[in-house]
Amino acid sequence: MSNVLIAARDLSVHFPLSGGLFGEKPVVRACEGINIEIEKGSFFGLVGESGSGKTTLGRAMLKAAPITHGQVIYTDDDITYDLGTLKGSELKEYRKRAQLIFQDPYAALSPRMTVRDIIAEPLEVMGLTSSREETDAKVREIAAKCRLNLEHLRRFPHAFSGGQRQRISIARALVSDPHFIVADESVAALDVSIQADVLNLLNSIQRESGITFLFISHDLSVIAHTCDFVAVMYLGQIVEAAPTRKLFSDTAHPYTKALLSAIPSLDPDVSGHAQKLEGEIPSPINPPPGCRFNTRCPNAQDRCRKEVPEWREMSSGHHVACHFSEELFG
Amino acid sequence: MTSPLISVKNLTLRFKTDEGLVTAIDNVSFDIAPGEVLGLVGESGSGKSVTAKALMMLNADNAVYDDKSQITLRVDDKEIDVLSLKRPQEQMVIRGGAVSMIFQEPMASFAPAITIGDQMVEQLMIHSDMTRARAKEISIEMLTRVGIPEPAQRFGQYAFEFSGGMRQRAMIAMALSTKPKLLIADEPTTALDVTIQAQVIDLMKDLVKEFHMSILFITHDLGVIAQTADRVAVMYLGNVVETGTVRQVINSPAHPYTRGLMNSLPKLDDLDSPLSPIPGDIPSPLDRPSGCVFHTRCQESEAIAEKCRTEIPVYTIDSANHQVACHLATQGDQT
Repeated sequence: MSNVLIAARDLSVHFPLSGGLFGEKPVVRACEGINIEIEKGSFFGLVGESGSGKTTLGRAMLKAAPITHGQVIYTDDDITYDLGTLKGSELKEYRKRAQLIFQDPYAALSPRMTVRDIIAEPLEVMGLTSSREETDAKVREIAAKCRLNLEHLRRFPHAFSGGQRQRISIARALVSDPHFIVADESVAALDVSIQADVLNLLNSIQRESGITFLFISHDLSVIAHTCDFVAVMYLGQIVEAAPTRKLFSDTAHPYTKALLSAIPSLDPDVSGHAQKLEGEIPSPINPPPGCRFNTRCPNAQDRCRKEVPEWREMSSGHHVACHFSEELFG
Repeated sequence: MTSPLISVKNLTLRFKTDEGLVTAIDNVSFDIAPGEVLGLVGESGSGKSVTAKALMMLNADNAVYDDKSQITLRVDDKEIDVLSLKRPQEQMVIRGGAVSMIFQEPMASFAPAITIGDQMVEQLMIHSDMTRARAKEISIEMLTRVGIPEPAQRFGQYAFEFSGGMRQRAMIAMALSTKPKLLIADEPTTALDVTIQAQVIDLMKDLVKEFHMSILFITHDLGVIAQTADRVAVMYLGNVVETGTVRQVINSPAHPYTRGLMNSLPKLDDLDSPLSPIPGDIPSPLDRPSGCVFHTRCQESEAIAEKCRTEIPVYTIDSANHQVACHLATQGDQT
């Protein structure tokens, strides 16, 4: 039996722009030909720079972005949902099972609602509880799990620090007992001492409840410490995906390599001069032909400018999209 | 030994607010030598940016400087008492003359409706008596130097036409065009992607050598500090808790707060080490803890907790000029 909870098959998400009067309208190709499988109970990391399409991919997996081409398949217990065609009561059911934690805990919480009301809202909207007592009991249970002070439930979000607010957002996402959570840059706005606390909380929730996480971040070192499996995105495509340790030990894509060497080392005597990328990420409206990374790749050759590299399996569980992985890293 | 370019002594700054006086910086002292990069590290609310703005007298009108505060800038063998500069004409030396600043969010620091070139030329003409034509020449030269392709065309464009990395390069070009002695860089790479951050850090390192200027580099990212700074000052809640060379502070942190920061960082070369957060949150500056400001979150203070709660720790300095403000360090010396 396959253990995959949610999978994208050849998924593309395009956003049409309002263009000129004539000719084809320009299209932002936010995601193109994405193939990933997220296993049940795993902590799946998605890393990339701004504009790489990682947020769009996360939203497509929640049916919060239009699926232009391909499929997202959710398989859980006895049900299988094809998100592209999901609607009505089935979509409502999916909303209970899949939740989102946002990046900015200052923007994600309504300033006019108490913490109790914020956490209780999903229960009330989805009709998961039948009485106020039941709702309150559930809110208290989840709040305790997220290490929130129960005395604080009557307060408003402005009274809390960034770390506490993020724990409130996490509690809200957990309250409907979801099976799948997308955490989009959930620690990016936090200070490091607080960031470590929230990461530990997410990890312990995952261990205790077996919830599957899609953890989106621009920070490879955060991903490395929390996730079992990592996919690296560049300009709307996944260029490499592997179990975390394998990705770091057997890096097979030049972009992953460059991302790794761009992280400033904590050791003042080690300067990361290994492989600096020139230039900037091109526009997703008009991506370069062939391999999309060819304009910045230090190893780009003629073939890279013409031929789109195939998404292939290097070794068990380790996929890469590069013509020359073996030559470069083999 | 050469005298420092800028000395900050006993800088204490409070803001008048509706809720009373809020202490933003408490008794902060540091020096920056010519050509030196001093990294100022701390989390949000630690007073890094307020300290930097004090050097340019850029804090809002409700800022009250304590009488003992002193900031001395040495330019061409003259000593300038920065805090006594009141009139805009006098302040030109610390605002773009001998001291320049680059900010975190370059989109917010350029005027959106004036071309990048006009903004660069304006600054040059205010700070010197050069002609417009010469100022344009120098601006284009600077844009070339910071690695902006097609600088002559870029000169006539607006900030929104630049990408994030290019904007930050243009910001650096503008800040350096008046040849400042001290550059204040307030989180200059925080808004950038890592690959672009690496480019900007390399550029800044080259420019320090070329222009022989000093930098006050403010960031919350210890990795960026390790790669750029010569010396580091660690701030917590308006206090500098530790100062030393970058190797001293990163390799053998002496203050429990610095150690806590290091332990909470995810490290790429050791994926198995657990992340240990510093417990609790930074206290509100309205409600500063007594004694050592860090004692409410300190995990090492139990042995002499009473002293930490009541007495403000003094700096202990070891032979290699590594300073730390912690009662535990003092005790260590005595035994």
